[in-house]
Amino acid sequence: MTIHQMPADDTKPAYNYAYLDEQTKRMIRRALLKAVAVPGYQVPFGSREMPLARGWGTGGIQITAAIIGPADTLKVIDQGADDTTNAVSIRRFFERTADARTCEATDEATIIQTRHRIPEAPLKSGQVMVYQVPTPEPLRRLEPREAETRKMHAWAEYGLMQVKLYEDIARYGEITKTYDYPVMVNDRYVMAPSPIPKFDNPKMHMSPALQLFGAGREKRIYALPPYTSVKSLDFEDHPFRIQSWTQPCGLCGAGDSYLDEVVIDDQGGRMFVCSDSHYCETRRVEGHRGTMLGDAAASGLVEETNP
Amino acid sequence: MYVAVKGGEAAILATHDLVAEARRGDPAVPEISVAQIREQQALACARVMNEGSLYDQDLAALALKQSQGDVIEAAFLMRAYRTTLPRFGSSEPLDTAAMAIRRRVSATYKDLPGGQVLGPTYDYTHRLFDFALMDEGGEAAPRSAPTPLDATMPRVPDILGAEGLMEAEEPPEGDPRPFDLTRDPVSFPADRDVRLQSMARGDEGFLLGLGYSVQRGFGGTHPFVGEVRVGEVAVEFVPEELGFAVDLGDVTLTECQMVNQFQGSKEVPPQFTRGYGLVFGHSERKAMSMSLVDRALKARDFGEATNYPAQQDEFVLYHADNVEAAGFVEHLKLPHYVDFQGELELIRRIRREREERLAREQGAKEPDTMPEAAE
Repeated sequence: MTIHQMPADDTKPAYNYAYLDEQTKRMIRRALLKAVAVPGYQVPFGSREMPLARGWGTGGIQITAAIIGPADTLKVIDQGADDTTNAVSIRRFFERTADARTCEATDEATIIQTRHRIPEAPLKSGQVMVYQVPTPEPLRRLEPREAETRKMHAWAEYGLMQVKLYEDIARYGEITKTYDYPVMVNDRYVMAPSPIPKFDNPKMHMSPALQLFGAGREKRIYALPPYTSVKSLDFEDHPFRIQSWTQPCGLCGAGDSYLDEVVIDDQGGRMFVCSDSHYCETRRVEGHRGTMLGDAAASGLVEETNP
Repeated sequence: MYVAVKGGEAAILATHDLVAEARRGDPAVPEISVAQIREQQALACARVMNEGSLYDQDLAALALKQSQGDVIEAAFLMRAYRTTLPRFGSSEPLDTAAMAIRRRVSATYKDLPGGQVLGPTYDYTHRLFDFALMDEGGEAAPRSAPTPLDATMPRVPDILGAEGLMEAEEPPEGDPRPFDLTRDPVSFPADRDVRLQSMARGDEGFLLGLGYSVQRGFGGTHPFVGEVRVGEVAVEFVPEELGFAVDLGDVTLTECQMVNQFQGSKEVPPQFTRGYGLVFGHSERKAMSMSLVDRALKARDFGEATNYPAQQDEFVLYHADNVEAAGFVEHLKLPHYVDFQGELELIRRIRREREERLAREQGAKEPDTMPEAAE
């Protein structure tokens, strides 16, 4: 008894609003409620097979699909930028299946789905961050078996992680984790913040926004309710520190943002620019100019905006 | 990225046109039809149905056409479609003993009720190119057997079971509906229904490799093919409002039952144990691989050591899913500029600090080694 839904040119009527059926959305919302109730705890959920590839944001997409409504405005970023290929693809998915209103301005968005970054502009109360998570288990590299890591979390047995961090210091003089840097949530669960740079970790602490994490392939959801304590693991004599650069953004001159390195020639030439494309544009519109903005505009890489 | 020029969306749309062009190939060559794929590439369709977890030969053929014959991509299409289908309920258990046999071979008995039925198989072909297939037309029609097949073909493990020599397999208490791993998250240790379900949709190559590994020595399995059978089985469904079974149609299945030794334990006398494989279509290699790994995964139930990958349910179940595996492996193509920048910053700093330290150590030694009268 196969039902062939022979899709016409306009395939929308064949799918429910935001693609997932309502029962699935309920299941995901129940998992989200549990996750919010126990911050940092990984809740197993019946992750659905999605029309986008596993590892390409299916966890985040399922969460967004379960919470989005007609009144929402969605921003999708990958590497901090709105126009990277996968961000474009996911934004198109929700424009198509949920008639979603989309935006690039961080302060206009009610839902921000992200891969690898937290926007530079501070988040507000009422906003929801949805993180795409490849490996929800912070202990996975230390213990491959799920049956074991679940026990370690249940007993708050995190000695293995402390030893790993200590060994880094013994060998290299510092903790060598630069992204997906483990955090302690609400003084209870060690949590993977997803592969955001450790630069972004402090933004999670006591954030007024609700932060939801979806791992589709691994079938886990976890969450940080607003104003939750999130501490990056460290030692008293080796305090946590974030990345810093010796130069500001070449386009907007920002000295406080996470920078991407762009190779501009084969002579070793480098240019450092904000990874958060909207933050950079906003600053340029406000009249901030980096030292390389003229060159970049001349070669058509950016549109120079005159305030 | 710093590139503010909004080219991303247009570029993505252009890839769709390009892939359509690549799929079509030389327009001077006639386009292949879905019916041709369904009829003439049936083994590929079977693999797509298995790994896509959906029995639909037309859609499997369409998936192969749309994916240019990429089996994993085709399985992905099937699954993304399957996940949107409504669930009416579960069918009645299939009775493979009542299968309309196309092929049935046993390696444990020379002859048995129903006999050995070779059927369509590449087993006894010589792998020499048949260059006549380069031209179209002229297939030989098979001759019918002089006598029809026996009406009853008992399954070999049932024959052993009647003697009490085969491990009995009872459904769990209350005979609950099987787990559905496409609806609920799997937890470990996984029960057998979950394991079999996962393997039935698992990657044929991965299971083949695991099955081979237990045969070679990474696991203690030493099996006999009790039976492999291929044929059509009726699927029956009991609609609630009717209260009796309705025949929904036939599915083609391949079933493999491996017979393994077991030493017995204090409670259980020595007996044979079963490895089971059941897959859609004619897929003997997959069914056999599955039954090898099924037996290997029973190690814990029999109190055997679980030292090898094929005996560890978490290893097998998490990694057998080729759609998930392909997604995660291929996600490495996605941008990782931000994380890579973090690594660049770290490695440059560690190297700089190392050079400074070496320079300091060098400097500390210098007074001894430098000639005193430098000037």
